[in-house]
Amino acid sequence: MQKLLLLGDEAIAQAALDAGISGIYAYPGTPSTEIMEYIQVSKKAADNNVHRQWSVNEKTALEAAIGMSYAGKRAIVCMKHVGLNVAADAFMNVAITGTNGGLVILSADDPSMHSSQNEQDSRYYGQFAFIPVFEPSNQQEAYDMTVAAFDFSEKHNVAVLLRITTRLAHSRAGVKCHYKREQNKLKFPDNPRRFILLPAIARKQYIALLEKQEAIRKDIESSTFCTYIDGEDKSMGIITSGIAFNYLQENYQDKKCPYPIVKITQYPLPLKYINKLADECDSLMLIEEGYPLIEQQIKGLLNRGLKVKGRLDGSIPRVGELNANIIARALGLPDTQGEAVPDIVVPRPPALCTGCPHTDTYKALNEAIEPYGKGRVFADIGCYTLGALPPHNAIFTCVDMGASITMAKGATDAGLNQAVAVIGDSTFCHSGITSLFDCVMENTPLTVFILDNSTTAMTGGQKSHASGKIENICLGLGVDKEHIHVIKPLPKEHDKNVEIIAKELKHQGVSVIIPERECIQTLKRKTRTQK
Amino acid sequence: MNINIILAGVGGQGILSIATIIGNTAVKQGLYLKQAEVHGMSQRGGDVQSHLRLSDKEIAADLIPMGKTDIIISVEPMEALRYLPMLKPKGWVITNTNPFINIPNYPEKEVLLERINKLSHKIALDADEISKNLGSARSSNMVILGAASPFLQLKIEDIEQTIKETFISKGQEVVDVNIACLHAGRDFADKNK
Repeated sequence: MQKLLLLGDEAIAQAALDAGISGIYAYPGTPSTEIMEYIQVSKKAADNNVHRQWSVNEKTALEAAIGMSYAGKRAIVCMKHVGLNVAADAFMNVAITGTNGGLVILSADDPSMHSSQNEQDSRYYGQFAFIPVFEPSNQQEAYDMTVAAFDFSEKHNVAVLLRITTRLAHSRAGVKCHYKREQNKLKFPDNPRRFILLPAIARKQYIALLEKQEAIRKDIESSTFCTYIDGEDKSMGIITSGIAFNYLQENYQDKKCPYPIVKITQYPLPLKYINKLADECDSLMLIEEGYPLIEQQIKGLLNRGLKVKGRLDGSIPRVGELNANIIARALGLPDTQGEAVPDIVVPRPPALCTGCPHTDTYKALNEAIEPYGKGRVFADIGCYTLGALPPHNAIFTCVDMGASITMAKGATDAGLNQAVAVIGDSTFCHSGITSLFDCVMENTPLTVFILDNSTTAMTGGQKSHASGKIENICLGLGVDKEHIHVIKPLPKEHDKNVEIIAKELKHQGVSVIIPERECIQTLKRKTRTQK
Repeated sequence: MNINIILAGVGGQGILSIATIIGNTAVKQGLYLKQAEVHGMSQRGGDVQSHLRLSDKEIAADLIPMGKTDIIISVEPMEALRYLPMLKPKGWVITNTNPFINIPNYPEKEVLLERINKLSHKIALDADEISKNLGSARSSNMVILGAASPFLQLKIEDIEQTIKETFISKGQEVVDVNIACLHAGRDFADKNK
């Protein structure tokens, strides 16, 4: 069978299509974005009328996917790890309702924070909610385990959390796509009441969820994805999670690893293998891509004084992404390293593109706010976060989606005057609208910049739902029309823009300024296609 | 056969076009491949790199271990030096000499080229000038690919064929100029290696 050269993300997308999904729901977020993008351009998805539009945020995405599952059909919902925080309410509760059509929830973690504000480990969400977690170790497993996750979900009536990390998401390899299945027919849940989480029903459902755990664990213990690989040297046993297995193997290219290995790719943990390893070996080493989740669990589970090495005892660094060299050092194998980086090499941080509309917005804002002093601009998640770096030095916070507006409000409530929020059109739509409504209700004196560049730029230019509608949304929320200004962020408009901003900074109520100019990247792409 | 390549450059310079052509050529020959790419924030003018691994055996990790890289292919001179800790002893550095300056503290070009010259195994060429002289300023990456081609353990004819397949939708002229750039890079490497 011919192999397709696919990113981990793309392998998951192809597998979801082959497993007969009727819809994918997602909000863009590195490193998960390419799953939706692959399905959006897939002929198979178009031919089979698979739903494939971006959602407003991860919570609405997951809720829609739960609805599709309720109706008996298969759905996948995709997000980056911090997106699962946004969707957490729906996530925790779909554990209690259970599913009808197969439901796979993909969360892409970003250890070492290549493009994120933290490196939280989604596997904890699975443990927290009693939702099984699948964690493929390579691109072929990403395909195979996505297919398996849908069957698993329908067999046990549970959602499955598919956890990947940046390296698998954005690395390409040959993948055999061997599966084909039709979409499900419309079908109501067998028990019509289990999606009604009234306390009396929820209590029963919760007990049913806990009772399912043993059957789920048994299935995982008999699956082919978690394996025990024997080794002669029983002085130590090694447990790996997900892609950590590959970094271990990288150290044994020409010879077999002497230690027995348990390769874990599914949770709840296959205790059968772990007990076997603990019985046979004098000590254990845990190699996990992410937090020390198994390491912490195992210490309690074993409770027999076995020495456990890993991220907690410092054998492996407590933070950051793994690589083969880290494992070599942990195992006492020779480390390899080339020449040092010459001193003349300087860092090259990412920056706003030449001609970016945000640059002109920040220039005008910096000038207008100068008389009041620094520290009053609250920003958000997107390209414009790069305004924190020189030469702009224009913003002072970036916490979570939508936080700019509500943090500016809280600071104003605390007595900070001339607070400003800066948020992009897509982020405003994702989580800023409710924040702005909080300000309108109290007529909080602050100025909100909603940067409308007609796209979700940071993740590569996906559709932004609010673009072009922002003025009307603000009017609908009750912002005074006199204090909503649409401006053109261009050098030639600079003086006019500074004047408008300066005036609104003085206004004792909610002001909204909407700098409207298309992202230079999407504009370039459009011009190229038109040629 | 087992070859580890790091492609280096600045976000937006299109290092992945080189990776795609090497990768597709290798896969057609039945080789295993892993290619780790950088997406997201760094693409906005930051330093970017891609790990490309080819082998006749299955490949374990998506990332090349430190000190195990056979070839660094860089479309920018300072970026070529950033990955020296990844390079094997006697590994090759193939680099463009034309700097991409988007930071205020970029080093002096002469100092940079002097440092590159000190490397024991390197091919350094102004790919932008070569491609411009051949009539396509946008094809400098194919000059770099050509300069790297003697070290890839792939036949130049097979690389040519992949270039044809990649660019044919844009017309024969585009194919021809890209192949001319490939050969110009190759000739330079053959004379200077």
